[in-house]
Amino acid sequence: MIGGKAGYGIMVTGMIFSKSCVRGGLHVFDSVEYPSLIRGGHNTYHVRVEEDEIHSHIELIDILVALNKETVDKHKDKVTERGAIIYDSSETEINEGDVRKDIRMYDIPLLEIAKEHGNELMMNTVALGATMAIVDYDLGILEGVIKDEFSDKGKDVVNSNIESARDGYNNARANYNNNFRSKLSPSSDKGMILLTGNDAIAMGAIRAGCRFYSAYPMTPASSILHYMAAHELSKGVVVKQTEDEISAIHTAIGASFAGARAMTATSGGGFCLMSEGLGLAALTETPLVIALCQRAGPSTGLATRTEQADLRFAMHASQGEFPRVIMAPGDVEEAFTLTAKAFNLAEKYQIPVIVMSDKHLSESHKSSEKNRFNIDYEIDRGFLVPEWNDGEFRRFMITDNGVSPRALPGQEGTVFRTSSYERDEYGWNSESPENRTAMNDKRIRKTESIISEIPDPSVYGPEDADITLIAWGSTKGAVLEAMKFLEKESINANFIHITHILPFKAESVRKMLESAKKTLIVEQNHDLQLGGIIMQYTGVCIDRSLANYTGRQVLPHEIYDKAKEVLAR
Amino acid sequence: MKPEDYNTQNKPVWCPGCGNFGILMAVKQAFAKADLKKKETVVVNGIGCSDKYHQYIDTYGFESIHGRILPVAMGLRLANHKLKVVCIGGDGDGYGIGMCHFIHAMRRNLDVTYIVCNNQIYGLTTGQTSPTSEKGFETKSTPNGNIEPPVNPIALALASGATFIARGFAGEVPYLRDLIIEGLNHKGFSLIDVFQPCVTFNHKNTYEWFNDKLYKLEDHDPKDRDAAVAKASETDKLPIGIFYREEKPTYEDEIEQISRKPLVEQDISGVKMDDLLDELS
Ligand SMILES: Cc1ncc(C[n+]2csc(CCOP(=O)(O)OP(=O)(O)O)c2C)c(N)n1
Repeated sequence: MIGGKAGYGIMVTGMIFSKSCVRGGLHVFDSVEYPSLIRGGHNTYHVRVEEDEIHSHIELIDILVALNKETVDKHKDKVTERGAIIYDSSETEINEGDVRKDIRMYDIPLLEIAKEHGNELMMNTVALGATMAIVDYDLGILEGVIKDEFSDKGKDVVNSNIESARDGYNNARANYNNNFRSKLSPSSDKGMILLTGNDAIAMGAIRAGCRFYSAYPMTPASSILHYMAAHELSKGVVVKQTEDEISAIHTAIGASFAGARAMTATSGGGFCLMSEGLGLAALTETPLVIALCQRAGPSTGLATRTEQADLRFAMHASQGEFPRVIMAPGDVEEAFTLTAKAFNLAEKYQIPVIVMSDKHLSESHKSSEKNRFNIDYEIDRGFLVPEWNDGEFRRFMITDNGVSPRALPGQEGTVFRTSSYERDEYGWNSESPENRTAMNDKRIRKTESIISEIPDPSVYGPEDADITLIAWGSTKGAVLEAMKFLEKESINANFIHITHILPFKAESVRKMLESAKKTLIVEQNHDLQLGGIIMQYTGVCIDRSLANYTGRQVLPHEIYDKAKEVLAR
Repeated sequence: MKPEDYNTQNKPVWCPGCGNFGILMAVKQAFAKADLKKKETVVVNGIGCSDKYHQYIDTYGFESIHGRILPVAMGLRLANHKLKVVCIGGDGDGYGIGMCHFIHAMRRNLDVTYIVCNNQIYGLTTGQTSPTSEKGFETKSTPNGNIEPPVNPIALALASGATFIARGFAGEVPYLRDLIIEGLNHKGFSLIDVFQPCVTFNHKNTYEWFNDKLYKLEDHDPKDRDAAVAKASETDKLPIGIFYREEKPTYEDEIEQISRKPLVEQDISGVKMDDLLDELS
């Protein structure tokens, strides 16, 4: 873990370390914690590295890079036995008794070396070099990553960073013996990549042919906007930062009505503003994909911290009744595939589709294999007709599955109008009770067809287990890691991960739960929102719960502890 | 095309004497004159008494919600700039709830025509004050007289960077028609604010009142921004006509991704991922 004040490049440094590990074929999961401040405040970047794939961060720290005293004070208790602290005694005064005796202290002149190379902010790069020396990692890999990351800042920046890293490395080598208990060694190249959930959402959209993206910046959704904007020319996506989220969603609706695959993304506060647009997409039956990256509310809440408390909000946002799809990926791979799938569902059923993430998934990096993102993907535009020569175009024709022929403005014989008022099959406004009933039924009927495309929840672990864990979205990672702990003790646990919230696969979930012995639900909210939804749809009440609303992602050992407690009852 | 060619099956259902009749007539005449193809035109409405235009004009139509005409129009244009996009809405819709989008659409110089049916009252909600209601105006929501001064849409448009700014009157159909034609032919954002008597809820700004107050802009050079500002500030007599006109690249012109063909005509299948994946390794 590296920690220090905001503004000291903690994020970039952590990312460079993660990437250096991934380039050496190692697996990584990293997570960032930072307050909603540009300068000052305490920032940390925690990288967990293993030889096998990992799904979550843990609390423990083998090497703590402390750019200030606060970092030592806040995190020293989590440093493992005979772990290390890298610090600079000219900046950070550590007195006798401040830290446990078993911890190895590496006092490196971070500031002095950084200043020698022209910029004290490079303290973190010096520390990176020192870290690589301590774990005996290939410095060349680190230098390569530094080169790539800073290449757009010019040769001088690249060189001074590389030299800072080298001096940090050499200093640690020269002054400390090379016998730290943990080493990292590069393994064979498995074609690995490092990405966040937001990278995956943006890539999934691009893969699906999304060509229009409008949004208003809001943490933790902003990095989707940054990603799309960075690739707007190479991938031909029109990317617009609008004046607010109201405009973002309506602009996307306009683009989709014209025929572009369109997406917007936001967090809870922006989704509040988008609610009216959600209803407009629903009544006009305009396809739309919305990524909703949750953070801790209500209101501004904890602007840069994680939570999963907007599930009910997403399910019920906007007035009236209409079908919508809500999907909640649990990791970067699912974020990619489900976002790509969202575009097909939106067009096939002419509905809004919401992909829910949260700060933890959106901003944490996970290593993965390249080939998991080279998927087969068929674009399915549904009942999109190229032209119409059967009399007046019936845009809202009543059909068995509720899906009507859709045409784009400009297509021969299809002049029609659509409206935020209720309308008849042709798009003419109608308030007759018969038409109203028929139209509401038509729209809601789509759900029956959609549900046939919704897979059963994924089940991890043995079919027959002593305890069944249930979770949705990003808590998947921590649950999977907790299961590894349980497995070590030969405890039989399995895990139902729900990625498709609406429409809800009630029958499958009910069967799974009825055969479960003890059940434990893990959610990042107070009200156990998924638990309530399960109860509502299946009548099954989950025995026990772990509700975490600290603004920090639940840790595997917390789930493990809770599972043991439940089993002991 | 003839104005009648744009008729639909629906007969307008506004109050007898409503200014919307005159505006609808002028719009259809302008469409005919400008030879707008039904297939290539989208009328975008908001919510208010003017939300029905798309039901009365036989082109594509998209009725958005209250205040959100311009964002929808922007999406339409960015996805398919071959479409002619004509926005028609009320003063509450555009200058009240939609004010933020109004200013931003103008500063971007989005290539749409925006006709605001400005009756200085909220008609559909049965007569409350509007952002363009005069000070002292008594309405259901201001029974003791409105204490707020009105917004000045023409001055606001000048300040916000609109490239075509005009004001018309629903009681002067041929004159309004010509303004709309000019607006339709203008490349860039064209605003046509239209004084629209509301015979049911606004008993102050009546046809007679306007006939007395209005005069047509003559000897005014629409290229002269300062003169336009002066004209926009007049209150004793109210000028109608073209206040300002300027040639500038449109928003759409500046977007490289659509410089060769509209977004909707571009192939979206088989997107290559290799470059994106390489960046992450
Ligand atoms: C979000 C929202 N708020 C309020 C309304 C109610 N409403 C409908 S039309 C309108 C104002 C109408 O005034 P204006 O835009 O000037 O049009 P007019 O009816 O006078 O032509 C209002 C407030 C609504 N439809 N949506």
